[in-house]
Amino acid sequence: MLDLSDDPEAFRANVSTWIEAHCAESLRAIPQAEREICWGGKGFTFASQAQHDWMKAAAETGMSAPRWPVEYGGAGLSRAQEKIYREELARLNAPTPLESFGLWMLGPALLQFGTHEQKLHYLPQITRGEIRWCQGYSEPGAGSDLASVQTRAEDMGDHWLVNGSKIWTSYADKADWIFALVRTDREAPKHRGISFMLIDMEAEGVTTRPIRLISGASPFCETFFENVVVPKEDPVGLSRIVGELNRGWDVAKHLLTHEREMIGGGAQGLLGSRSLGAFLADLDPEVLEDPVLKTRAMALEIDSLATAMTLERYKDMAKQGGVGHASAMLKYAGTELNKRRYELLMSVTGSDGLEWDGPHGTLAQEWLRTKANSIEGGTSEVMLDILAKRVLDLPSQ
Amino acid sequence: MTLSLVPSEDETMLRDAARSFLAEASPVSSLRRNRDRGIPYDTELWSQMAQLGWTGVLLPEEAGGSDMGHRAAGILAEEMGEVLAASPFLSTAVIAATALRQAGSDRLSQIAEGAVTYALAIDEKAKFSPRASALQAVRQGNSYRLSGRKCFVADGSSAKRLLVLARTSGRAGEAEGLTLFDIDAARAGVTPQRSNTVDSRDHATLIFEDVEATGADILGDIDNGMAAIHTALNAGQASMAAELLGLTSGAFSMTAGYLRERKQFGRTIGSFQALQHRAAHLWAQIEITASAVANAGRVLDESPDEADLAVSVAKAHATQTAQLAVREGVQMHGGIGMTDEFDMGFYMKRARVGAEWLGDYGYHAARVAAARGI
Repeated sequence: MLDLSDDPEAFRANVSTWIEAHCAESLRAIPQAEREICWGGKGFTFASQAQHDWMKAAAETGMSAPRWPVEYGGAGLSRAQEKIYREELARLNAPTPLESFGLWMLGPALLQFGTHEQKLHYLPQITRGEIRWCQGYSEPGAGSDLASVQTRAEDMGDHWLVNGSKIWTSYADKADWIFALVRTDREAPKHRGISFMLIDMEAEGVTTRPIRLISGASPFCETFFENVVVPKEDPVGLSRIVGELNRGWDVAKHLLTHEREMIGGGAQGLLGSRSLGAFLADLDPEVLEDPVLKTRAMALEIDSLATAMTLERYKDMAKQGGVGHASAMLKYAGTELNKRRYELLMSVTGSDGLEWDGPHGTLAQEWLRTKANSIEGGTSEVMLDILAKRVLDLPSQ
Repeated sequence: MTLSLVPSEDETMLRDAARSFLAEASPVSSLRRNRDRGIPYDTELWSQMAQLGWTGVLLPEEAGGSDMGHRAAGILAEEMGEVLAASPFLSTAVIAATALRQAGSDRLSQIAEGAVTYALAIDEKAKFSPRASALQAVRQGNSYRLSGRKCFVADGSSAKRLLVLARTSGRAGEAEGLTLFDIDAARAGVTPQRSNTVDSRDHATLIFEDVEATGADILGDIDNGMAAIHTALNAGQASMAAELLGLTSGAFSMTAGYLRERKQFGRTIGSFQALQHRAAHLWAQIEITASAVANAGRVLDESPDEADLAVSVAKAHATQTAQLAVREGVQMHGGIGMTDEFDMGFYMKRARVGAEWLGDYGYHAARVAAARGI
């Protein structure tokens, strides 16, 4: 068992002993870049027994969702304790025991907008890694203009009848359930007729089709709903709507803020794991004799370091009361910087970087993948719109 | 790093006090008035700054200072930049204070009192390069004779004392063989020629003809002047970056205000998405510069010997953002932005001078590249 002492140093010692006891050395020996993520879910194939055991141990103590309340399957840690836990994970090179859209997105939405009963039912399934969720937001006709979703949920008395399709549903082909924005009132103004609905992917009429991207990978799917029956009150007596009926936009907006911070922060993670200088040191030194490449590398490094300081400063600000709409700036700056970084890496590696699996591994795939950074979770243009209107208070007319 | 990048309560109070004082005592209109009269700065304003304790921000309490540190100095420089307040603050209270304190000089209390102003005589060519100094300090018996020329000396025609980086051995281009002298500006053989720079401030070329100096005038060690001036230069560069950040914010406030008011084609121009996106991009850059500037001050306060990288990131980024802000400022104001009657031009001119002083974007980018293995 894990002793959650209030004393920071005692907590650090306890948590590190606990990690060492439950996260096998074989897992901790794998370099960060080569780790296979533990997603959990009904159909998940664990990469190893050690990965399975580590997730189990975390689930039993709630450490898969360290900040969530204990009654909902979390460990109830304070912010400071969570920070210590993350530091110890990093120090011991231990992977996080479980990652999922349930932990990142649905959980925070339920904690904010769900009923006590919904939380009791759904959250522990997430922390135990039993149910894997995916997100159903965008539609073929509703990308940046997300509020114009057309997927319909018709009121049929005791159930909803769902028809429509979602696009860019990450890992929908591997997910057990989907949280989706659906239109429950077609007469209301577009932001007011949307509900946040939970749908079982095994329900009849739900199908998925992976989308092959320019990077060759297929992390996203199209998901189709054809006369899908969603009970208004399911067998355990719970509503499948999170928050109020027709007020799903509030839930979606709350979650989008989460998602933006995640994507902006993710770009920083890549920067942190591999310094540009270290990368360049492994290349033919003649590459930097090209003054244009050298200039680009220097400018990128300045912008990267200044942006890293900005992430740190905003984290400090968030602790003191939040950054509000300004978080759109982190998403904008972080993702545009990451795209620039990969453009430079492709230039400095030259023809060696052009192979799908060449001397620089999956560099080409990563380069192509970065192009989505400034689209997913709200495009750069949408971020600039938010900053102009919400932060700079520029007029709309 | 232990300090947060968010300002402390003391720092916020300092900023608020500086802002309200400068808004009253040194609005941009006073720069215009000084320019029209050919005055580089208000001596009255400088005395008030000394009374407020700004001259002692980097000095120990026993010398009459408040020892608040480099981040606080940066906050003051930033607020001065916001309204383009001209003063010998950077030369005296930041650069000279840091160099004299490091050398254990007994003139610290004079700086804290505001009784003396300093200028740093370091450049000899059009681009900043301390090690390229060639001005000779030739030994004669127990003294030195300084001969040569220094240019782009900020506060060079008004300062009472000069910090002069002179060559006591070796040749131009070598980091060794330089010595830092602290001499009276009125010493025989020193001739200042004020330059008419675009920012209307005091910049001068100084001619040294057989100027006498003694061992007592030396700060730090003979032939090791680069070590004596290193942290002071970092401090000056960090504060210049902070001033550029303030200047950027001042220019941006004017521009954003104009976008909210100006009507064309029957609409407020700030409602055009083409302008909204450029304004939002600029605001993002300002936020990023602010982080780099806060970090430079923090590193100078916590580990001053390892500050090169943080300082150069701040100076380079602040330079880049300031130039974007003033270019966009003029463009978004349209024709009125081009007129002398409107203040934006003052911001553009100071941004250009601040971009060059103590190393331009390229100088600092090269330092970043060296530190990061590029």
